Amino acid sequence: MQKQAIFKSKLLPYALVAPQLAIVLIFFYWPALQAVIQSFLLQDAFGLSVSFVWFDNYVELFSEPAYFETVVRTFIFSFAIAASSLSVALLLAVMADKPLRGGAVYRTLLIWPYAVAPPVVGVLWVFMLHPSLGVLSRYLRAAGIEWNPLLDGDQAATLVILAAAWKQISYNFLFFLAGLAAIPKSVLEAAAIDGARPMRRFWTVTFPLLSPTIFFLLVVNIVYAFFDTFGIIDTMTRGGPGKSTETLVYKVYNDGLIGGNLGSSAAQSVILMIMVIVLTGIQFRFVERKVTY
Amino acid sequence: MALRFFGAAAAVAITVGMTASPALAVTEIQWWHAMTGANNDVIVKLANDFNASQSDYKVVPTYKGSYPDTMNAGIAAFRAGNAPHIMQVFEVGTATMMAATGAVKPVYKLMADAGEKFDPKAYLSAITGYYSTSKGEMLSFPFNSSSTVMWVNLDELKKVGAEIPKTWPEVFEVAKKLHDNGHPTCGFSNSWVTWVNLEQLSAWHNVPLASKANGLDGFDTKLEFNAPLQEKHLEKLVELQKDKTYDYAGRTNQGEGRFTSGECAIYLTSSAFFGNVKAQAKFNFTAAPMPYYPDVKGAPQNSIIGGASLWVMGGKSADEYKGVAKFLTFLSDTDRQVYIHKASGYLPITKAAYEKAKAEGFYKDQPYLETPLLELTNKEPTENSRGLRLGNMVQLRDVWAEEIEQALAGKKTAKQALDASVERGNTMLRQFEKTAVK
Repeated sequence: MQKQAIFKSKLLPYALVAPQLAIVLIFFYWPALQAVIQSFLLQDAFGLSVSFVWFDNYVELFSEPAYFETVVRTFIFSFAIAASSLSVALLLAVMADKPLRGGAVYRTLLIWPYAVAPPVVGVLWVFMLHPSLGVLSRYLRAAGIEWNPLLDGDQAATLVILAAAWKQISYNFLFFLAGLAAIPKSVLEAAAIDGARPMRRFWTVTFPLLSPTIFFLLVVNIVYAFFDTFGIIDTMTRGGPGKSTETLVYKVYNDGLIGGNLGSSAAQSVILMIMVIVLTGIQFRFVERKVTY
Repeated sequence: MALRFFGAAAAVAITVGMTASPALAVTEIQWWHAMTGANNDVIVKLANDFNASQSDYKVVPTYKGSYPDTMNAGIAAFRAGNAPHIMQVFEVGTATMMAATGAVKPVYKLMADAGEKFDPKAYLSAITGYYSTSKGEMLSFPFNSSSTVMWVNLDELKKVGAEIPKTWPEVFEVAKKLHDNGHPTCGFSNSWVTWVNLEQLSAWHNVPLASKANGLDGFDTKLEFNAPLQEKHLEKLVELQKDKTYDYAGRTNQGEGRFTSGECAIYLTSSAFFGNVKAQAKFNFTAAPMPYYPDVKGAPQNSIIGGASLWVMGGKSADEYKGVAKFLTFLSDTDRQVYIHKASGYLPITKAAYEKAKAEGFYKDQPYLETPLLELTNKEPTENSRGLRLGNMVQLRDVWAEEIEQALAGKKTAKQALDASVERGNTMLRQFEKTAVK
């Protein structure tokens, strides 16, 4: 009854959500629908010859061993990026949460990298670790390490993971900092009075109380590693050497835009879309339930 | 309601779009290109000069990013129904553009329809051959062409007491000397790994890269470069990579700084690298012809070009095409070609312009600027050295580079890598054949 009273006109509520709806329809549903349609078509780059091929694009994709290698690689990348950026960010947040002289300065500096665009991050790391130009490469070589990410796939992969994780640390740091601030001091003090040392206090009190934040960040980081690392990969390695840094998103771009194979590219996008829907679904389910401890 | 809003938004967008384009007194000709720096200035000057030379047409050049970006932008614009009139497409996009019958207007047809004087014989066949049908009909207009040359740091060679190497065995020998005397990280190297070590290598030795005259005679071409010559060459590179007598420098031209910095004293890449070498190299340099294997009969043959050409897009009015035709005639002018050649370092495309540059003594002080022309015209082109026309060429190159990288990293033998390149490449060619307009 009360809801009716707020809007006198029946149209007003619709009018108010219309802009948002329009944006979602135009920028999400419409392109998504296009991707689904295109994934059933075989066409040349210019769209001059189009034929409907049912699931051919998917069948071809799944009969390609390289595709599964890319799937596995993407998951390894995602977990490596999420694990390394989360653990470093948590460590930094716990440190920065302590009352420090100039704490605000540290915090600001730690948040800074988030403002750097992914392709810039890529260029930055390339300059530091390029086999012949890089400053750090010189030290690595002096330390007796054969550093050549242009040819060594594992090194290239490490490089991309490092750069991608570095970029995400700031974001995680911010959330951890907020999460830590929300932990009641009284609980920690109580634990301290009971004789728990700092390490024990962290693992038995702080960490469990942070678990909703950690879980939320885990999902966000995995989604980040899936999609937003494109810029980093494109500027650093372009998927090479071999295929050692090609993730699913990079393959979509490579096959569709560089290779002109829009059907396969669309099919890959649809699969990616399903993966994200599943991930988001898991997140909503668990966040709703509030991870318990 | 949402739909109605969408309709309204679309209407607004259309009105804005319409009012944004000015009333047209002259016919505008959109020219999308991928040139930066000094070469961008050349493009702007050419457009300005053309616009000043007459009052019916106005050429509007627009920079659209890298070569692949420009091509993708053009393709997307075509799909949306507003393609530019002229689009600069790199040489490896040729097959894709050619296959798009209806999306493009072949240059020979354009000139005939517009009644412009056009003599295909006035152009250097080593250049136009790449962009012509097997009957010699010119499909696109060569704009900026280059070829592979071997850049040499003369000071460093002098230090180790070596002459400029002419053959591959000599290159390996000199590189070894360089490697052992002050160049531990790079005896020699190259950019564009597949262009230099597969495409040019094959043409220069008159062996096929692919069947059907490297694809010029049909889209049902098959790759054939897993043959003894290419295998021997790659095996040698793999062997020399181990101690960095040869050191891989990446798939595109990002490693070129290694020559100008002095790290690599022998470096194979495009002749268009000249601008950077001139600006940055603090040593005496020259560009020598590509080396060859002396045991291959008839080598060296002739090199093939790289660079880009101008494609005229389809579906425009007769008046617009007349303007485009006039612009292409304007570009073919001898003096203008000489200007482009001198200003950009790219090759002249007409015989008259080449002769004129020669007569002016342009190559006297800078003989290395003639090297790519001498390579291209070294012998009458054969089936194996006229050019390449392979669909999906951009991605093909990536696939080949992936395999070569694996060989250089020691994960595959040279033979395995080339076999896999051919096999994976053929699958892609068949995919392209399926989608090509018949």
